[in-house]
Amino acid sequence: MLISRIGSLLPACMRRLAPLVIAAFALTGCTANWGWYVVNPTTASGQRNLWFLIDGLYYTIALSVTAILISVIVGLIIALPGLSKRRTPRAINRVYVELVRAVPILVLILWVYYGLPQVADISISVFWAGVLALAISDSAFQAEIFRAGIQSIDRGQYEASQSISLNYRDTMRFVILPQAIKRILPALGNQLVYMLKMSSLVSVIGMQELTRRANELVVTEYRPLEIYTILVLEYLVLILLVSFAVRWLENRMMAGDTR
Amino acid sequence: MTKSFISVTNVSKFFGEFQALKNVSLDIELGQKVVICGPSGSGKSTLIRCLNQLEQHQSGTIAIDGVQIDSSPVARDALRNNVGMVFQQFNLFPHLSILDNLTLGPMRARGMTREQAVELATYYLDRVKIPEQMDKFPNQLSGGQQQRVAIARALCMEPKIMLFDEPTSALDPEMIAEVLEVIEELAESGMTMICVTHEMGFAQHVADQMVFMDHGEIVEMAPPKDFFSKPKSKRCQLFLQQILRH
Repeated sequence: MLISRIGSLLPACMRRLAPLVIAAFALTGCTANWGWYVVNPTTASGQRNLWFLIDGLYYTIALSVTAILISVIVGLIIALPGLSKRRTPRAINRVYVELVRAVPILVLILWVYYGLPQVADISISVFWAGVLALAISDSAFQAEIFRAGIQSIDRGQYEASQSISLNYRDTMRFVILPQAIKRILPALGNQLVYMLKMSSLVSVIGMQELTRRANELVVTEYRPLEIYTILVLEYLVLILLVSFAVRWLENRMMAGDTR
Repeated sequence: MTKSFISVTNVSKFFGEFQALKNVSLDIELGQKVVICGPSGSGKSTLIRCLNQLEQHQSGTIAIDGVQIDSSPVARDALRNNVGMVFQQFNLFPHLSILDNLTLGPMRARGMTREQAVELATYYLDRVKIPEQMDKFPNQLSGGQQQRVAIARALCMEPKIMLFDEPTSALDPEMIAEVLEVIEELAESGMTMICVTHEMGFAQHVADQMVFMDHGEIVEMAPPKDFFSKPKSKRCQLFLQQILRH
């Protein structure tokens, strides 16, 4: 059922994309400097180049999805002490969030890949260095999103939980978090989109994702305009699809109750 | 030393500088029905919220069934086995069905199986007269129905005492009666209850002890017959005049 629903969404968003694509190609008519032969799907080399570019999608998605899964979990773990009545747990939360937010993602990627193996005496693959850097960086934002979401739940929900003797864990698990997650779903969707875009930075340490592929092809083909235009379209399609999927999920969850 | 089932002795509670309760003492026996009334801000709600530790009192003692009520695990056990609460705003869990609202406590806090919990929930939904609504969600019900579900949820913990914190204050007038009726039936079945309410007709009918509070103190305490016919204190007379004028 899920697949058929997504399938029915696809043509709709493709239709919306069509004018953009047409506009992009129309621009090519304005100047003599375009050379689409480099990705012309009717020639063997063009087709090879096109697939080379699109193949990067796998790592872009794998990086982003793995990183966001980790960052949601880490973010929740960091958010909970931030809600404590006591000062020390709150301080831990503040320090983590402020420190991590202060480091640019690109710097964090470089540090995790080149610095961490020396400090911790471990070897880390390009993929996991990228995932780790993206996840750490995003977890600070996730923590803030979770904190705001949990704080938006009415105090009466805690009191009712206490009045039927639920402990802290059960209160969070069965009462607070299910309601909070529903409220922060749009924000989580935004973070996923943000992560998909930021994953392009992992290209600097050699991850074969969309951006890296494009860079490599530019070096061999000397057609930056056409290749980077394809790159832009790749991200555009990917992110619009994700946006639609998130909205669909939101509607579905809202349908669960009429709140 | 303390023989009463609930024994409140010299309890004081501060919110910052503001003293919400001033040396309040009150004894309640098993089976008693106590109605607390008084102007808003008089400490009625604070008092019953201290009884199940939704608020922590700063001085004095509260004992239920001989157990000191504080933030210790022993006290938590005593509260779990003894005290149920119904809130002004119902505080049902909006993301759970009526049935799940009722079974959550029994399953997670009392270790019941789902079958046992469902059986219990069905029984109490029947008692609050909405057995047919169990698969709906709270916001699909009227206010009166929601409050009756909240009462059933509290009863599913099978407490010895029920606390009601202005159970009808958030309801439309035409729904007050159905909720009061359920509470009255509960009273008749012998449940110990402490009820904060402005419904004086109900109080007269149900209570065997009236408590009047003002400015954080218990000003007057009497059986309803005496309380309504010959209140002793000036403040209580004034309050009753105002509330019974309509």
